[in-house]
Amino acid sequence: MTKKAEQGRTEGRAEERAEVGIKERTARQRMAKFFVAGPPLVFLTVFFVVPSLIMIATSFRFPGEFGGLAPIAAPVVSAHVSQGLEYGFTLEAYQFFFSDILYAKIFLKSFAVAAATTLICLVMAYPLALLISRSKKHLRNLMVLLVVLPFASNFLIRIYAWMIILGPESGLSYFINAVLGALGITPITLLFSPFAVLVGMVYVHLPFMVLPLYTNLEKHDPALLDAAQDLGATRWQRFWRVTWPLSLPGVFSGAALVFIPVLGMFAVPDILGGTGDILIGNLIKDQFLGTRDWPFGSVLAIMLTLAVLAIAGLAAWFARSAVGQRAT
Amino acid sequence: MALLEIRDVTRHFGDYTAVDHVSISIEAGEFFTLLGPSGCGKTTLLRMIAGFDLPDSGQILLDGEDMVGTPPEKRPVHTVFQTYALFPHMTVADNIAFPLRMAGKPPQEIRARVTEALDDVRLPSFANRFPHELSGGQKQRVALARGLVNRPRLLLLDEPLGALDAKLREEMQIELINLQKEIGITFVFVTHAQDEALALSHRIAVMNRGNVEQIDEPSKIYGFPRNRFVADFIGKISMMDAQVMEAAPSHLKLDIGELGEVITAGKEGVKPGDKGVMAIRPEQVRISHPSNGAQLKNHFLGTVHDFLYIGDVTTYIVELSNGTHIEALLPNSAPGRATFFEVGDLVGVSWRHDAGIFLHD
Repeated sequence: MTKKAEQGRTEGRAEERAEVGIKERTARQRMAKFFVAGPPLVFLTVFFVVPSLIMIATSFRFPGEFGGLAPIAAPVVSAHVSQGLEYGFTLEAYQFFFSDILYAKIFLKSFAVAAATTLICLVMAYPLALLISRSKKHLRNLMVLLVVLPFASNFLIRIYAWMIILGPESGLSYFINAVLGALGITPITLLFSPFAVLVGMVYVHLPFMVLPLYTNLEKHDPALLDAAQDLGATRWQRFWRVTWPLSLPGVFSGAALVFIPVLGMFAVPDILGGTGDILIGNLIKDQFLGTRDWPFGSVLAIMLTLAVLAIAGLAAWFARSAVGQRAT
Repeated sequence: MALLEIRDVTRHFGDYTAVDHVSISIEAGEFFTLLGPSGCGKTTLLRMIAGFDLPDSGQILLDGEDMVGTPPEKRPVHTVFQTYALFPHMTVADNIAFPLRMAGKPPQEIRARVTEALDDVRLPSFANRFPHELSGGQKQRVALARGLVNRPRLLLLDEPLGALDAKLREEMQIELINLQKEIGITFVFVTHAQDEALALSHRIAVMNRGNVEQIDEPSKIYGFPRNRFVADFIGKISMMDAQVMEAAPSHLKLDIGELGEVITAGKEGVKPGDKGVMAIRPEQVRISHPSNGAQLKNHFLGTVHDFLYIGDVTTYIVELSNGTHIEALLPNSAPGRATFFEVGDLVGVSWRHDAGIFLHD
């Protein structure tokens, strides 16, 4: 064997070794990745994917005699044979959903409440987020802390507090009715009304709008506003042409964080709303805890999820066409 | 009447005086530079001209009209910011159209002027790009086009070349000069880079600690600095303590201690007995073998203390007999480094009778 060939062979071995090294390294990286991503993946599979599948399966079943689900197959030997009880899979729950306009109306109303809440939150949160983002640095953290401080007390307690604030015995009610009375208008009740539901919804979700807006606005380069002013833009023009368009990503994420939870919220309308203020969340809750019609409850939940996905997809598409090509 | 007249302007920030009784007048069509180290007040002055800051006392007149009380958006003054401050959510064309839109110009005119501005800065095909798709030099040009498109009376440039690398910087300097000449708009340029100021400006105001030390043409600033600060800040200069022996309009005779005497250029306001320094630029100092160079009036002996090979030239630092150091430049006109002298060599340094200058303490 010539020396050259031998050299070639040792070089080959070195390459092989290097290759093995790379393989080992990538294997180790894969392991590391698994350990980092594994636990949340397992968690979501067990507590999100599987329940979703169960829910989808449930929506195609018959309700049980005393709530829950009817068995898939009829019992072969049964001491207790129920009359009219059905077995197997069916589209009945879906037919029921689409056959009554009432459910479409409740969906529509829920979407209207969610949209109104989102809009009110945006209008209220934007100036606040702007104020925080333009405050001195040490003040900013304090103000953000104040925004999230309500989370420190229980959500239900805060909603019950609104019951008292809006209740007929409250100073607020007395004041409003005194003003209305002076104007010759009949007194009103604030509590158990769509108004009370909206107040509660806005109150609960306002921080979810403030925070993403603030995180966005805080990153804006103040030199841009100086440049706009220098080039002739008035205060309003600076806002609408620079601050607002640059804040759209924050507006979209804030809107998503408010709109979607409001759609599913049942506690606020339960506590603050009247008998007529039923939203999808209440309807779904009733199917599982009240009437115990699990298949129909599942159908409602699936419909809600589909509607939210459709809206989120639409919003993402909007966001991309509005700010997609932008740097920030 | 001057286009811009800064009259006795003062600005304090707490105890700190950023601008101290500054008066400058700038003519229409001028390329005027505010030069100084950081913290000298040049940026504060620029912000006051733009309207982002107000003087505590004094006036800023534009076309004879006091600008104090006019907000930035109402002043016919535009700024090219140090960080360019291009709007990231707008295309290049929209960025440039911005001041025109704010001024309420009709769409056809906006389109035509944007196209023209893009041509002016040699970016005709970049209209639909976004700022993040541009290089530093291209961003710089867009910022320039945006500042110029609505024809301001005055364009302020706040260290606009600071972020560019050396080569691009030189290119942009030449472009800036040409653009200013072509468009004829008055430029007020702020920089701490003395080479940039010398290369670009018609006139320079050298600032230090809120004061204007000297306002002059670049060649006067460099050749005849009024005081030690200007002499030291602009370019390289060697200085040695000196006392005036004889003061004539054509020349001065200075006593430089044990070295003897030197003859320098004449200067007004200097009388015998005045104390100060004799300053001389390295390129004016001739370095030679000790036996040569005696034909010049100012001739001293020394040893080579150190030398720096810079490429185009070699700087020799020569130690004179009394211990003072004097710098001399020797161009490397032959290929490779001209190794005429080594450290420790005995050499002669000499300069013309009108080359050195006397500066009061």
